Amino acid sequence: MLTYLLAFILFAVGLYSVINKRNLIKIIMGVIIMEHAVNAFLILVGYRMSGEAPIVEEGVSISEFLSTAVDPLPQALVITSIVISLGVVALMVGLAIRLYQHYGTFDITEIRKLRG
Amino acid sequence: MVLIQVFLVFAIIAALVAVEAPSALSSIISLGAVGFGLSIAFLWLGAPDIAITQVVVEIVTLVILIRATIARGVTEIRGNESKTLLIGSLILFGLGSAFFANYLSDFPEFGKSAMETFSNPASQFYLKFGLDKAGGPNIVNDILLDFRAFDTLGEATVLFAAILGAITLLNRKVFVDSGEEKQ
Repeated sequence: MLTYLLAFILFAVGLYSVINKRNLIKIIMGVIIMEHAVNAFLILVGYRMSGEAPIVEEGVSISEFLSTAVDPLPQALVITSIVISLGVVALMVGLAIRLYQHYGTFDITEIRKLRG
Repeated sequence: MVLIQVFLVFAIIAALVAVEAPSALSSIISLGAVGFGLSIAFLWLGAPDIAITQVVVEIVTLVILIRATIARGVTEIRGNESKTLLIGSLILFGLGSAFFANYLSDFPEFGKSAMETFSNPASQFYLKFGLDKAGGPNIVNDILLDFRAFDTLGEATVLFAAILGAITLLNRKVFVDSGEEKQ
């Protein structure tokens, strides 16, 4: 249970950054930390005590493999999620750079003031 | 198991430093420490494919973030925070903790994977027939490229759309032509 709680705390740190910080780069960092926390949580759910990677080795019987391998499905989905998060981060940073060129600051309150 | 928790605590501390550090460089490098710490934790959790992917993605994220800040002469990123938002986020954190505590008992116990808790899970099928039906010894790759290949096709589509958006945003010419650029 403590392990799930640690993943939850990591998510909370990211959420704090997204809500509370005024700097666009800090907000992007908060989103990245939240993505990491969710990925870690999904892998933790699929873990089995003293489990091994789901890779079939030669000379290991199928029943033995079934009783030691960890859950492969969350891993496959998390790999997808990690790669997509990279694309999303690139898009967010692109938006931030464009805003910086336009307004000369990363501060979101300044950007709101300068509208028009 | 203790080792996994140690690396998760390391990731939390690195995340706190990344959020609070005023210097851009130390903040971005601490964010990299979060990803690398988690990638070592993934190795211990029996997920080597994810550890490798995480390292590659982490390096690229670092390069992108440094390109956005330090390469533009922004060395300080102070996130001045406001009092009202702090109270709001504390309330939100309390609500989240209450939610988490409420549903804590419904989680499968740590160390007992989800495929053992539910009857007839899809994962058991993949583990049992992955080698025969897909032909690869690595079951994660079998799922990615054979059993759920359409999922990977969708992933590639989303990635392509996101990168296309980023390229369009960073292309100076588009904004000059429409009169948006004010320099």
